[in-house]
Amino acid sequence: MAAREPDNVGTIVAPGSEVLGPGHSYGSVTDKISSIVLTRGTGNKYKIGFGLAVALLLMLNFGITVLFAVGVGIWGINIPVGWGFAITNFVWWIGIGHAGTLISAFLLLMRQKWRTSINRFAEAMTLFAVACAGTFPLLHMGRPWLFYYLLPYPDTMGVWPQFRSPLVWDVFAVSTYATVSLLFWYVGLIPDLATLRDRANKKFKQVIYGVFALGWRGSARHWKRYEMAGLLLAGLATPLVVSVHTVVSFDFTIAILPGWHSTIFPPYFVAGAIYSGFAMVIALAVPLRKYYGLEDFLTIRHIDNMGKMMLATGLIVAYSYVMETFMAFYSGNKFDIYMIMNRMTGPYAGVYWTLIAVNLVIPQLLWSSKIRRNPLWLFILSFSVQTGMWLERYMIIVSSLHRDFIPSSWGMFDPTRWDYIIFFGTIGLFFTLFYLFIRFLPMISIFEMRDLVHKTAEEAHS
Amino acid sequence: MKDKSFIDLASIRAGLENGGKKRFWRSLEQLADPEEYEKLARQEFPQDPPARQAQPGVSRRNMLKLMAASAGLAGLTACTKLPIEHITPYVNPPEEFVPGHPLFYATSMPRPEGGAIGLLVKSNMGRPTKVEGNPDHPGSLGSTDVFGQASVLDLWDADRAQTVMHGGAITNYTEFLELLGQLRSLYLTQKGAGFRILTETVTSPTLGSQLKALLADFPEAKWHQYTPVNRHAEREGLKALYGQYLSAYYKFDQADVVVSLDADFLCSGRGGVRYTRDFADRRRIKDTHSSMNRLYVVESMATITGASADHRLPLKSSRVEAFATALAVAVGVKGVEAGAQAPEGVPSEWVAALVRDLQQHRGTSIVLAGEQQPPMVHALAHAINAALGNTGKTVIYTDPIEVQPINELESIRELVGDINAGKVDTLLIIGGNPVYNAPADLEFEKALDKVNLRLRLGIYNDETSYRCHWFIPQVHYLEGWSDDRAYDGTACLVQPLIAPLYANRSPHEVLGALLGDPGRTPHEWVRGFWADQKLATPVEYETFWETSLEKGIIAGSAFQARTVIPKPDFAATLPKGGNGAGAGSMEIAFRPDPTVWDGSYTNNSWLQELPKPLTTMTWDNAAYISPNTADQLGVMSRDVVEVTSDGRRLRVPVWVLPGHADGCLTITFGYGRSRAGRVGNGTGFNAYSIWTSTAPEFAPISKPARTGDHYRLVTMQRHSIVTEGGRKHEIESKEAFNRDLVRVASLGEFRSNPDFAADPPEETTQAPNLYPPYDYSKGYQWGMSIDLNSCVGCNSCVIACYAENNIAVVGKEQVDAGRIMQWIRVDTYWRGNLENPETYHVVMPCMHCENAPCEYVCPVGATMHSPEGLNVMVYNRCVGTRYCSNNCPYKVRRFNFFLFSDWTTPSLYGVRNPDVTVRSRGVMEKCTYCVQRIKEAEIRTQVENRTIKDGEIVTACQQACPTKAIVFGNINDPNSEVANLKAQSRKYVLLADLNIRPRTSYLARLRNPNPEIKE
Repeated sequence: MAAREPDNVGTIVAPGSEVLGPGHSYGSVTDKISSIVLTRGTGNKYKIGFGLAVALLLMLNFGITVLFAVGVGIWGINIPVGWGFAITNFVWWIGIGHAGTLISAFLLLMRQKWRTSINRFAEAMTLFAVACAGTFPLLHMGRPWLFYYLLPYPDTMGVWPQFRSPLVWDVFAVSTYATVSLLFWYVGLIPDLATLRDRANKKFKQVIYGVFALGWRGSARHWKRYEMAGLLLAGLATPLVVSVHTVVSFDFTIAILPGWHSTIFPPYFVAGAIYSGFAMVIALAVPLRKYYGLEDFLTIRHIDNMGKMMLATGLIVAYSYVMETFMAFYSGNKFDIYMIMNRMTGPYAGVYWTLIAVNLVIPQLLWSSKIRRNPLWLFILSFSVQTGMWLERYMIIVSSLHRDFIPSSWGMFDPTRWDYIIFFGTIGLFFTLFYLFIRFLPMISIFEMRDLVHKTAEEAHS
Repeated sequence: MKDKSFIDLASIRAGLENGGKKRFWRSLEQLADPEEYEKLARQEFPQDPPARQAQPGVSRRNMLKLMAASAGLAGLTACTKLPIEHITPYVNPPEEFVPGHPLFYATSMPRPEGGAIGLLVKSNMGRPTKVEGNPDHPGSLGSTDVFGQASVLDLWDADRAQTVMHGGAITNYTEFLELLGQLRSLYLTQKGAGFRILTETVTSPTLGSQLKALLADFPEAKWHQYTPVNRHAEREGLKALYGQYLSAYYKFDQADVVVSLDADFLCSGRGGVRYTRDFADRRRIKDTHSSMNRLYVVESMATITGASADHRLPLKSSRVEAFATALAVAVGVKGVEAGAQAPEGVPSEWVAALVRDLQQHRGTSIVLAGEQQPPMVHALAHAINAALGNTGKTVIYTDPIEVQPINELESIRELVGDINAGKVDTLLIIGGNPVYNAPADLEFEKALDKVNLRLRLGIYNDETSYRCHWFIPQVHYLEGWSDDRAYDGTACLVQPLIAPLYANRSPHEVLGALLGDPGRTPHEWVRGFWADQKLATPVEYETFWETSLEKGIIAGSAFQARTVIPKPDFAATLPKGGNGAGAGSMEIAFRPDPTVWDGSYTNNSWLQELPKPLTTMTWDNAAYISPNTADQLGVMSRDVVEVTSDGRRLRVPVWVLPGHADGCLTITFGYGRSRAGRVGNGTGFNAYSIWTSTAPEFAPISKPARTGDHYRLVTMQRHSIVTEGGRKHEIESKEAFNRDLVRVASLGEFRSNPDFAADPPEETTQAPNLYPPYDYSKGYQWGMSIDLNSCVGCNSCVIACYAENNIAVVGKEQVDAGRIMQWIRVDTYWRGNLENPETYHVVMPCMHCENAPCEYVCPVGATMHSPEGLNVMVYNRCVGTRYCSNNCPYKVRRFNFFLFSDWTTPSLYGVRNPDVTVRSRGVMEKCTYCVQRIKEAEIRTQVENRTIKDGEIVTACQQACPTKAIVFGNINDPNSEVANLKAQSRKYVLLADLNIRPRTSYLARLRNPNPEIKE
């Protein structure tokens, strides 16, 4: 195939299917998607949204500067609650990232073609969520300038990290995850970068896209190797969907604290991660399809499927809540029983019951296909789940720590403004990156959409 | 100005001719232009103090200017010439001095209430850094209380007065000496008329002799003594009973039954440390054959003494007298008639059982009254002791240890009266702080302003100093020579460890100057006084003096016991009825604060941050009330009420304290100061503002009015009191007992079931492990045992830990945020109804678990296990993830959320222990079992090629502990004390079922209730 292949093969027109609107050809999908980057420019709504995101990002910078200058004491953490917002946010962001990997890798291996139109921005979401998550382990350290002590580097004193600690496992899990996600995302972008290079009308853009396209010419040999690389990376990334959040859950299960020390955490955390990840994909997809008119690519079927995924994972999470409570009483352990009772009736009961409402009760609306197929409803539900999953981590961390074994040391965690500044700041970081992404890179995979057009047409033909 | 770079030869010649040959000249410039030269010289080397300022004190800006200028000038002179004084290179160090090795010196710490406690003070390269008790001192026996431990911080307090001030401007001591010279000649002619001295209670023999000599010179002058917490009631009660001023002290080691009438004698007040030791020794349990004394406490405030009681009765202060009267009648004290009504709120069978118990222990019992009780109760208590035959056995009377015992309330009243009558021209105030702490009805501050010349020697430029014309900074006891007396009269020497840090002067010097001998040093005064006592021949005096200094006490100087006979009509001579605080109405009781006392320690940040016993309140005082009274007033903890006493008002927050007597408030002194310093200013509420000389113990008040305001009182333990099912309880205590954290039995139960405290086997079974266990059977294995039956919860260990381990003070805000840094804490739990609960303390250092949960979660290996079983912290390696603290079930780890250590105040560098790292921001810290002491001993014994003996290493908490409840040692040595204690059946560990195997174990608490009393 030549470099400007879409123009030459504009003859196939797909009749449309559940995952692709009717009447699309190679050319039309390429035009539609690449125009967002190349010709559409930035509208006022984009500028406002981007401005807001950058403002939040600047707030994050401010917060981090003060944090590094003064110390983690600016947060509400104390003894006994040594972890607060930072670790809550870390687990929450990492969880959000999971849906992207699941969609791009796991569903690829499963040959789910509905993933095609959402995988690119879901992967980007993963990457940015991991970036947000990755800041927190650094920020929450008392002496962040010594972060490299957690890395196994050849130290003149011969000191290594302490490998029994799950925080070290986290370092490997998260850095592996970030690396594989980045690679996977970038490799997936290469053919599209070449398309943009070819379509760009300015020298500067041509050079930049060209450099990152790594000389892609779309030859059959390229494609052969490319497909293999994609499969291999998918194979690498798929276990990470399970492993990363399992390791993150070890941060809690390895401890002896009632409310943390629980064998149910790994599957519970993975399910919760995918749950919140799909909620985030929906939260991003709904406005994107509306604003950029991508209803043909992000169809109701997509929305519906993601709703089903949310429902399924949400039910696993609900089951975990029930089992956690049951096990506390079944164990007969007085500390566990107190912990559960304290969660339900103690000072943080409000958090617990809000969590049950937004994370467990409200998402049951997804049983209704009417609601599942209504983007607005799903958009609202996704926020409910996001809030719920954040509260879940907050509850696990704070309500377990604030009243543990020795009653004289019981305390409370009251977040300060700095907790909020840094939390909302990372939301700013996420959206800043995301806004840049949709402005400069194709948010839907062009070549995979062309493939979908081809397959849809073939299916219709046969 | 003329160009001085070119010297005009003509004018020089003219200058030489003018002056002729007689004149000396210093430079060519001077010859050229004398006036200009003078200006230049003054500019370069100022001889006058810098511009006197109109406003009092030195502003920060000027202070900085002066500092900069003096530093600059110091540099200038150093450039030009060497000092004239001979300097000696450090070739031949003083005897015994090895750099890096601390030395200990015996000294004594005088107390504001009179009397001193003997100390051994550690000197690191000349810096006093740590206070320990003096084992040879009868009042200490090697232990200290919180005030002794914290006193070293006062020495290094940056707010301590540093300069002589006159009229608010800095001046020097020479000028003051000139004034004293003039005063002396003036008052010699006037026979001292119009001259007054006001001191605190003087127990220093040397100072007393100086004052007496001064009064001999100035026969018409007067010496007044005043201290707010001054043992006034005891003194007057004894005088009424025995017709003369006496000192009384108690032998708790001889007592089987102790009855406290509102007396908080444990670790509080004169002799408190010794009493605590003797009391604890009589309760020490070895096995089921051991016996215990029995303590009955009747008190209004909930104190640690009440917490140690076997039977405790909360009773309003004003009703204690009726109780004491009933007791006196029952034991047959002559001349006392039972009141018309039985003491309200006292079960009669309770009193009957108590009386039987006392009568069965004639000669081995003690009845003692608290300082917050009027003289009548003291007289009754001593009369009861006499009736029980305790006199001379458990209660000893001696000559007063005060040099000149007087009624101090009368003394200050007389002074104020004389000032108001215009009889006082010159007033010299030595120590104390009467402007702040004189009774409110005397209006001392107003009166003081009427004195023509007010001279003041004080440690701080405080409320009183501020109102005086002349202010001389006084020496801290670690800086100046003096002497004092222990609770039993033993004379002890105050030996300075360091020269005065600033321009501080000793009272001996100032009085010496008034006696016409300004050149005599305090050392010469003290040494001279004891030489005059003829305790040794002149030939042997040097040896005698050296030995006394070494031991800190003058051997054999304790007062002889006096045989005294009670007067039968004593009760008639004393006012009855406790200041008219009638039954039914509310009353307020005043008492010294457990951490800042009468205000003397208000600027001590260790003491301010120290959680007060039972309430664990820090940085403030409050009006303590019982839960019932809180309901009655419709208030909760932290609600501000207005207390009106005799027309004086005080707005103060209340704190609901379980065990407090109903119908009364208790407020402690020492807070609400305006010129305490940076630490103490603005903390708490001034109880003196409603305290009067007519009702110094307690006063009737109308019902305190709710103001609707709240004040943030900060406690370390939350002590959340909730009402459930119509009954109040404190949730933390309830849960602590659910979790078996406190294990307690009566002595009888213990005898029938010695293993009552043992954990059930299913909780101690070792879980199977994949790895072979570490072999801990070799070498030293450090462990600790804490006897909760001995511990009285006095907090000495906490302050000792602050001093030993350079623990940072974080301030009220951070304590409230849950970030207090103390490595060892005293937890308090209550059991039973909140009106009169049983109180339990659990001392919590790091447990040094064998399977430490903190260790395996640290990602960088900053907390590790040593082969000797210590759980060690590596500050350098710590990155501050706080995971270890989250996983510590005892929550004994402390985190530097900010840069809590003060790295910028230079004076505080002095107090730091050089063997312990000063932690930076972002690192975790915790109890190390004083690893620096362990390592020091290990290194020393390795050099000496021997093993460490049992008891050779004592941790700071152990050393300070007045009850010796904490024992540390090698648990591998079966003969060590700690191993023996751990073998006792009362031994238990906290949270055994977690399989973390803590090295710190506890011995369960026992109670010795009177079987006749059913509660």
